Amino acid sequence: MITLQEILTVSTLLFIIGLAGIIINRKNIITLLMSIELILLAVNTNFIAFSRYLDDASGQIFVFFILTVAAAEAAIGLAILLLVFRNRKTIEVETLDSLKG
Amino acid sequence: MTTVQFIFYACSVLLIGSALTVITAKNSVKAVMFLILSFFLAACLWMIMEAEFLAILLVLVYVGAVMVLFLFVVMMLDINFAELREGFTRYLPIAVIVSGIMMYLIYKAFGDALTADIFPMPSPRPDDYSNVEELGMLLYTDYFYAFEIAALILMVAMISAISLAFRGKRQGTKTQEVSQQVKVKKADRIRIVKMDAEKPEQGEGA
Repeated sequence: MITLQEILTVSTLLFIIGLAGIIINRKNIITLLMSIELILLAVNTNFIAFSRYLDDASGQIFVFFILTVAAAEAAIGLAILLLVFRNRKTIEVETLDSLKG
Repeated sequence: MTTVQFIFYACSVLLIGSALTVITAKNSVKAVMFLILSFFLAACLWMIMEAEFLAILLVLVYVGAVMVLFLFVVMMLDINFAELREGFTRYLPIAVIVSGIMMYLIYKAFGDALTADIFPMPSPRPDDYSNVEELGMLLYTDYFYAFEIAALILMVAMISAISLAFRGKRQGTKTQEVSQQVKVKKADRIRIVKMDAEKPEQGEGA
């Protein structure tokens, strides 16, 4: 069987890869969204690992809800991305500065 | 090394590799494909941790729906991906430094705390254990309100995605206008012709 530390190492690596993906892809919104998906996958893996080792199924319920919210977020994010591309003909993050933020 | 351990290590290594490919791929289609692969491998890991329902849910919902959505959007957009990669090497050192620090901090915080002494190996579930049944019992009792709210979130997401991407009615297309159909009156549709009754002449009828 696998120890908890091994599973947590894998999910930590996944989380950090997702974080690095957000930092290095400053221009492509699609890759940013995919990095967020990777981070959520790491979080879900953590939840499931702890749910197994603490023998409490509530952790899996949380994963269920995270999956729901992540699916909604991906759908809305991609719709916004489509609108941005339709209006500006580009999806570079750095050109989206109309709000002067 | 047992078979389960071998599968776990193989899936983990492939998972990390495909996740790295996702964030470094030149082409976004390739990135989406490797993201699909990483979801599959993560589903394998979840299966090893005996979360069968969620593993199948991940493959069905994520690979089957969300990733297909990603793929559609990537293919619909006509983008020069080479342009989008400028500045990639500029931020690479920052990314390496930040991830190194994060890794060190997480190791320092939890490295000693989560050893096998504190979290002993769980024994395998009995043969008649049903993961779906356990989740269902929890979901429809303790977490019922959250479940309803999740359904509402999905509906809001659906409506907002449709209304964001809908371009409005185009000129010249023929569509049904229900409001006009409902509002229509008898006078708009039929014309009543008043005329005197006529008696057919002899020999013509019958």
